[in-house]
Amino acid sequence: MSWLISQANAQEPAIVPADGDHAPTEATGTTVAHEGGEHGGTFPPFDPSTFPSQLFWLAIVFIALYVLMAKKVIPQIAGILEARAAKIAGELVEAEKAKAETDAAIASYEASLAAARNKANAIAHETRSRVAREIDGRRHAAEAQLAGKLADTEKHIADVKRIALDHVSTIATETTEAVVEALIGKVGRDEAAAAVAAVSAGKH
Amino acid sequence: MADVRTDPIHQFGIQKLVDINIEGYDVSFTNSSLFMILTLVVIALVLLWGSSSRSVVPGRAQTVAELSYEFVANTLRTSAGEGGMRFMPLVFSLFMFVLTANIFGMVPYFFTVTSHIIVTAALALLVIFTVTIYGFYKNGTRFLRLFVPSGVPAPIVPLVTVIEIISFLSRPLSLAVRLFANMLAGHITLKVFAGFVVTLTGLGAFGFLGALLPLIMVVALTALEFLVAFLQAYVFTILTCMYLNDALHPGH
Repeated sequence: MSWLISQANAQEPAIVPADGDHAPTEATGTTVAHEGGEHGGTFPPFDPSTFPSQLFWLAIVFIALYVLMAKKVIPQIAGILEARAAKIAGELVEAEKAKAETDAAIASYEASLAAARNKANAIAHETRSRVAREIDGRRHAAEAQLAGKLADTEKHIADVKRIALDHVSTIATETTEAVVEALIGKVGRDEAAAAVAAVSAGKH
Repeated sequence: MADVRTDPIHQFGIQKLVDINIEGYDVSFTNSSLFMILTLVVIALVLLWGSSSRSVVPGRAQTVAELSYEFVANTLRTSAGEGGMRFMPLVFSLFMFVLTANIFGMVPYFFTVTSHIIVTAALALLVIFTVTIYGFYKNGTRFLRLFVPSGVPAPIVPLVTVIEIISFLSRPLSLAVRLFANMLAGHITLKVFAGFVVTLTGLGAFGFLGALLPLIMVVALTALEFLVAFLQAYVFTILTCMYLNDALHPGH
């Protein structure tokens, strides 16, 4: 019989809001709760007598949560994230700047390196050509000197040869004169010379 | 007969802790109220602690706070666009509340706030009323275009409109019932299998062996329920975001 009453009690709160005497018994008396569970008098989630309390406390809690989130937590977290994003962006810009500076430094270094290399090349080239010119000059001078000496020497040889040849005819004349004198007696020098000249001309 | 230890329904019972009566309404402080407040306190502590140090390189608590924030913010932004960010406090509160309450429910002897349909229904109605009121406030009667999709041939417009209205009205119902039913069913299943373990171990050596199977099930289900606890919080949040998108940009 008691289950009938408990069932009736359980149905009642849906209609009658004054259920003050029902709920405490459920909370304190285990037998009543026991029966309610066993007979399925009211499945707790569908027990309307608990609705006002749940809604009341949910409203309090959720409004408090909402206010806390909206006024404090979300601005704080958003602030952290924004600060971080700003810091990262700022440091990226800085890094970009530093990179540009490095690039400029590298470019200027390479430009000065290239300039130095060009200058060195120019100096080397100039030195080389100057040295070459100098060498050429000296060689020309030496060659000219040598050519001069050669010409002198050739002239000298020619002279010596001419003199020698002159001496040859003189010797031939004297020899002829001596030979003729020994054979046929005295002969004029001029005659001998003419004879030698005739012979040497005929020889040719 | 139905032992408290094995009764799967007992865990959902609401017990009064402090009797409070206002104007004939019974608003007693119950175990449900206690766990709602615990939920609030835990969320507040974690998020305030996590966001108080404001370091550029976050610590653990700050990582939790930031991840929660960014997770909800990204969900909201992708679903409802940049304009949806004005609802960030609401969506974030909903997500944190549902998630924390669901996870709390996984602790033994803890009461699961979200296993009561009145709680999930209240949250779902909050969402739907926000969507409807803001939709009319921002778009005026253009908000009604939500029910008349563009590009639909004229003859079937009435039919589509009726379907759209039914779909709109069923939103709070599905939102509320999905969360409630998942939590309720999950906890009942866990308790039923756990009850098998208790009952079978009482039957001697043979029962002891037989209890192994439900024990393994309970372990597996517990892991599953943790997934469900997170997943349902996420589903509630993303659906809220999509409904808010309708309020911001009506007309498909």
